[in-house]
Amino acid sequence: MLRPAFLPHFSQTLLLQALGFLVSVCVSVPIVVILLQWGTLGNGEQEIWQHLFATKLGRLTLNTLVLVVGVGVGVSVLGVSLAWLVSVCEFPGRRHFEWALMLPLAIPGYVMAFVFLGLFGFAGPVQTTLRNWFGNDVWFVDIQSPGAVILVLTLVLYPYVYLLSRTAFLAQGRSLMDAARVLGLSPIAAFLQVALPVARPAIMAGVALALMETLADFGAVSVFNFDTFTTAIYNAWYGLFNLTVAAQLASLLLLFVVLAMTLEQYGRKFKRYTQDERRRSVQTYRLHGTHALAATLFCILVIALAFVIPVIQLLVWVSSTISSELDSRYLEFFSHTVMLATMAAVVTVIIALLLALGKRLAGSKRLHGWHHFAERAATLGYALPGSVLAVGIMLTFTWLDRKLSTILYLEPVLVGSLFALLCAYVIRFLAVAHAPVEAGLQRIKPTVMEAARSLGAKPKQVLWQLYVPLLQPGIFTALIIVFVDVMKEMPATLIMRPFGWDTLAVRIFQMTTEGQWERAALPALTLLLVGLVPVILLVKNSRAPVLMKGKFLAQ
Amino acid sequence: MPYRAILIIVLQTLLVACGVQQGDQQTSSAAVVPAQSSVAAPVSSDNSLDTTAPVVVYSSRQEYLIKPLFDRFTAETGIQVQLQTGEDGPLIARLQAEGDATFADVLYTVDAGNLWAAADKGLLAPLHSEILEANIPAHLRDPEGRWFGLSVRARTIAYSTARVDPAQLSTYEALAEPQWQGRLCLRTSKKVYNMSLVATMIDRLGIAPTEAVVRGWVANLATNVFSSDTLIIEAIAAGQCDVGIVNTYYLGQMQQQDPALPVALFWANQAENGVHVNISGAGITTHASNPAGALRLLEWLSTAAPQYMFSDLNLEYPANPAIAPVALVQNWGEFKQDTINVETAGRLQVEAVMLMDRADYR
Repeated sequence: MLRPAFLPHFSQTLLLQALGFLVSVCVSVPIVVILLQWGTLGNGEQEIWQHLFATKLGRLTLNTLVLVVGVGVGVSVLGVSLAWLVSVCEFPGRRHFEWALMLPLAIPGYVMAFVFLGLFGFAGPVQTTLRNWFGNDVWFVDIQSPGAVILVLTLVLYPYVYLLSRTAFLAQGRSLMDAARVLGLSPIAAFLQVALPVARPAIMAGVALALMETLADFGAVSVFNFDTFTTAIYNAWYGLFNLTVAAQLASLLLLFVVLAMTLEQYGRKFKRYTQDERRRSVQTYRLHGTHALAATLFCILVIALAFVIPVIQLLVWVSSTISSELDSRYLEFFSHTVMLATMAAVVTVIIALLLALGKRLAGSKRLHGWHHFAERAATLGYALPGSVLAVGIMLTFTWLDRKLSTILYLEPVLVGSLFALLCAYVIRFLAVAHAPVEAGLQRIKPTVMEAARSLGAKPKQVLWQLYVPLLQPGIFTALIIVFVDVMKEMPATLIMRPFGWDTLAVRIFQMTTEGQWERAALPALTLLLVGLVPVILLVKNSRAPVLMKGKFLAQ
Repeated sequence: MPYRAILIIVLQTLLVACGVQQGDQQTSSAAVVPAQSSVAAPVSSDNSLDTTAPVVVYSSRQEYLIKPLFDRFTAETGIQVQLQTGEDGPLIARLQAEGDATFADVLYTVDAGNLWAAADKGLLAPLHSEILEANIPAHLRDPEGRWFGLSVRARTIAYSTARVDPAQLSTYEALAEPQWQGRLCLRTSKKVYNMSLVATMIDRLGIAPTEAVVRGWVANLATNVFSSDTLIIEAIAAGQCDVGIVNTYYLGQMQQQDPALPVALFWANQAENGVHVNISGAGITTHASNPAGALRLLEWLSTAAPQYMFSDLNLEYPANPAIAPVALVQNWGEFKQDTINVETAGRLQVEAVMLMDRADYR
């Protein structure tokens, strides 16, 4: 029986469960609206599909696959190796790298893309300098190549994997590694045979987040003019004037997502390992000499590429434009950004909690299955390009507005409201909040609860001394990641924001769309600085011992 | 009870969200008066104009390029302008979704293709205005009067002054010739400016010859196509390529920063149809609640001072031929512009996109 002890009444359990289910249904509506577009397949649509098949559908699919595989491998290698280094090894600078490696989380992909293109493009300072030194025939990587796009997306997305796998490695505790050593495993063997399999669910969850983000990305790929499914969606919409085909393409994109999710599920299917939850120093391997040097240099290289160099470039641009750009309106952009991100983070995490609890409370297997399905559908939104999702929501809300006005004679209130924008954020980022919340909930084993009850704990005590402390880190992580993601979100904000609600991301769009990168640097840098605060909080939180402070267990 | 607390928080958040919105609405709707007449019956006299009602503009023009104009309009007329910026596609989709409940009085976009699409969906109302018809040349507005060009953007050839003799240049089509092998830079075909250029070529040359030209361009590319015109100009200056096709104001912006930039403009197709021009322009929405104010705004925008401001703010050309652009733009010299109606860009856009796909112009 999974029903938590603090909810003794059947009716209350049912209420919470129903609520969770209802939320997941509501949240899937815009996605269903998009899927329903397959109902329209007129002559115009058929003609466009024939055209797409004949011309570029193959290349788009291949490009998308290349990007997904490339970024998938990239974030896995970077994220896991860095997490392993800083959580299990000891080398010079480790303590600083531990938090500094999280910083790129605050940089939006579209900002990283235009900084890289500006810096490393043919006309950029790096190549120009090289030509001045070595003549015009000097070779340089083609910055408008698939490799460059993969690199840029890897650099902004690896923190998801790093964050989750580092937490997993820390949670494994020292005893696991000690045991591996005692059994005579080399460090590499211990990593491959012990640490990696145990951390697999966490790593897979991180990679899945990164891949969904990759599939939804429009900003970065369009800066490099790299054609993917997402750019094709926009091209069908803006170029061919056919929103139906755009939505149909978007639903195909969801196929890729389902694939990524299946992969993640597969990763979770493996045997669950009980983890030693006590967090203490786990630095088992002290690196020396060239090993230590290599580890330090590796971390420095990643931080330099993913954070320091982009920030310096932004600073250079800002210094040349700040006098003309900075005005009182920046305060407005700033406060709108923070307000929206805060509201969205709170609402999204609450809904994620409802979803996860609802599933947990589902008594029967069949009901559990339904909840599971609803949960999956509800988290699909993360992989939809923001504009497409926004249109799905807009269509839903205008329909609702019409119904409201015919039934209740209300003025249209939903479209263009703050509520609609918050809905868009919730649907877009539910997956992000869901992963850590669900992970936290899974740590609460029924046996722990039963033990608590048999020791005479009252329901209230179970809640406050067991549930809350155990869920707290997951909720905190979820709040922060959603906050940062909402801050960086651009396309849905652009379409759905109420009048006057311009944010930093909107400002960046307005400048980059006209190729005015220098002028985009100030809002980009501001966005980055605001994003750093929660990221640093997150780092601090993940380092502190968070578990087992419940007085209850100490008794 | 914990779940009750959760519920309360959810409800409160929602209420706060709605509350803010309702506040916004009240301030705006208090000022909105019911439409006096439908736009289809043209509004031309200022007697019916209530200057306390704001004009709501959906615009894909960036705020910094257009807000100064609206501020001046408010200063002169007392009519407030509420601006909602965004991308063309989503703005048009939003307008369509909102239907008769729309907030928007005016749709202001760049590129005739977008205006054509909005008009084609019935989102823009036809209007007759002697002022607009006198100020805006016929080829820069919808034949049915649903939208009017307000500024002109010329798309022509940019070349390296260090490596290209302008005598070698003639037409857009000639850039497909073998002498430009490995020397041409283009922006992505996903940008509407290129869709419009190719659409007018289709109208003039026919599909097969246009496709041959586009294939020739692709064969001549020095590098992968760029995501912005600015990158093309930078690439020409840095020596990555020798010629490209750009909107003139991008070069103007760069010349303002670096007057010695070794890139110049060549007016294409002067012996033929003239330079391809496009517009930024606007129309009044079918379901506007303040059509009188909207008309007043459009008419005002076609007059001397704001027309000059277009040129001053973004180095574009005034749509009103009686108004001269700023000095920097004048220095590029006079040119003959293509007088094909810009609605062609919209009408043939799908055709153009498919053609560019076939030619593997990305």
